[in-house]
Amino acid sequence: MSALLQLDHVGRSYPVGGLFARGKMQAVKDLSFTLDAERPEIFTIVGESGSGKTTTARMILGNEVPTSGAIRFLGKDVTTIRSRGDRLAFMAKVQPIFQNPFEAFNPLTTLDFYLFSTARRFLGLKTRGEIDAAADKALQHVGLSLAEVRGRYSHELSGGQLQRIAVARALIPGPKLIVADEPVSMVDASLRMSIVNLFRTLRDELGVTIIYITHDLSTAYYISDRVIIMHKGAVIEAGEARAVLGHPSQDYSRALRNAVLPPDPVAARRIINERLERRRSGLAEGAG
Amino acid sequence: MQATLKPDVATSSAEPVLRVEDLKAYYQMNYFGVTREVRAVDDITLTIQRNEIYGIAGESSSGKSSLIKTIAGAIRPPLRVVAGSVRFDFGGRTLDVYDDPEAMRAARWRHLSYVMQGSMNVLNPVRRVKHAFHDFAVRHMGLSPSAFRARVEAHLEQIGLDPQVLEAYPHQLSGGMRQRLAIGLATVCEPEFIIADEPTTALDVLVQQDVLALIKDVQMRLGSSIIFVTHDMTVHAAIADRIGIIYAGRLVEEGPTQAMFERPQHPYTAHLIASLPRIGDTTRRQSLPGKPPNLADPPSGCRFHPRCPLAVAKCASESPPLLPRGEGRVACWRAGEVAAA
Repeated sequence: MSALLQLDHVGRSYPVGGLFARGKMQAVKDLSFTLDAERPEIFTIVGESGSGKTTTARMILGNEVPTSGAIRFLGKDVTTIRSRGDRLAFMAKVQPIFQNPFEAFNPLTTLDFYLFSTARRFLGLKTRGEIDAAADKALQHVGLSLAEVRGRYSHELSGGQLQRIAVARALIPGPKLIVADEPVSMVDASLRMSIVNLFRTLRDELGVTIIYITHDLSTAYYISDRVIIMHKGAVIEAGEARAVLGHPSQDYSRALRNAVLPPDPVAARRIINERLERRRSGLAEGAG
Repeated sequence: MQATLKPDVATSSAEPVLRVEDLKAYYQMNYFGVTREVRAVDDITLTIQRNEIYGIAGESSSGKSSLIKTIAGAIRPPLRVVAGSVRFDFGGRTLDVYDDPEAMRAARWRHLSYVMQGSMNVLNPVRRVKHAFHDFAVRHMGLSPSAFRARVEAHLEQIGLDPQVLEAYPHQLSGGMRQRLAIGLATVCEPEFIIADEPTTALDVLVQQDVLALIKDVQMRLGSSIIFVTHDMTVHAAIADRIGIIYAGRLVEEGPTQAMFERPQHPYTAHLIASLPRIGDTTRRQSLPGKPPNLADPPSGCRFHPRCPLAVAKCASESPPLLPRGEGRVACWRAGEVAAA
């Protein structure tokens, strides 16, 4: 088996405090996992805010350098990428999708600009026709077309559509790996499934591996192949998604799983009433 | 803490606390002589009873936030009320939001309060939390400074916050604490009616249930009514007594939570509920085809018809009225056939 991406005891710490109270905040501790190049999958990183999932994404994208350990993409350490050509080649293979589609796109720039400039930069396309064709092909994969997007601004489209355009943009260079950091948290619940289903299609039809970072366990359960649960920078549970999320073994994973409200009024009400009883009896008051 | 007792059921059911009648509020814009009208709230009629939690669901840009802003009387141009009325009934006294601005101002916070979206944006970052309470509430309570302070501290303890947070700056507090403070601000005067815009959307998963339990707790203690907006159907399932579904500025279905989850009458509601992911179930969820309608140029007839799996010719030409059906109301020509489909 050849590894697409290998994280080898990766850690990242940040200095905190002032002159006299110098300290270190360990954002990611000793993180290791390997993604197989031959078997595309949806690999999910779950955790609450501050668990280190975004730092992990930034390190994989090469935006952040690990303070310990190594990240290897197709056998090559990503921190050794220096030259412009190497960097471009790496970026063509590893593409990001960001959390908030309304912030990811400049409101004063038409959306097609992002698609065209990605096509020019990574595919080296020169003529109008080639560029249009590349953009249209990518948009077709996400269920849109260039005719619908050309000349439009981000405020004219819904969050779900913008996020699909962000996916289309990421597909243009023909990536092997897409790192999606909370791609659905700013998207309406009713549109969420269209994005999540899209990831499945990408994996199955284009053979793209997706690192799906989320705090939403219900969509994680729905699409993931493998999952790791992070808490305060460390992995506390890892494995096959259905097994881990269906029957979590750690207390923290169980708490996370129980934090998911079921889409069923009777069960959801019971959970809230239990919380209410606990509140009233002055016992567990949530860490706050 | 003088917790107001729940109003007697016999008297409370008599007069609804809120009546919205044929309300239309449009964004009216005029660019270089070209008038553009966005019908964000289109012909909405609803009533809210005392002691009730009413949830409004819908996708973004469906007009749900515009609706509750209009109900709160918190709109400014270009959003204007074109027709209809919003009337509150506070202890037998009727208050028309768009007829009597003076009375409305007096009632605000005392009888009617607002939990805003994004707790971080409510609190002034350069002032201590206590100033926010002072600014919002002190003139509605008519208490001496020390009595006011004691009252606020007692209130914060009720909602599970240490009174010391009053001396903190907003950035020193976590998101969950700030959201609790926003709820504390809205409830310190023990209002009869609370309006909440996405009260839990910006929160971490682990905090969400606490905040929902808090909202429920405060509501039960004060016996107030709450109208809240969120696109997250699981939040509605957890705390709403009744749900109203908004699609493209119109109320398309309304009914008791349990009944709506079991037997949705409108195809849009059915889709919203069927598409919810559940742990333990990986069957493929369908996403809605097409795109959300443009409210400046909404589709003819039923506004849902271009995306509706059950649409027939009539749906494209005639707009279905909102009619009583079962335990609620629904606006669909094929309402009876949804459950079967």
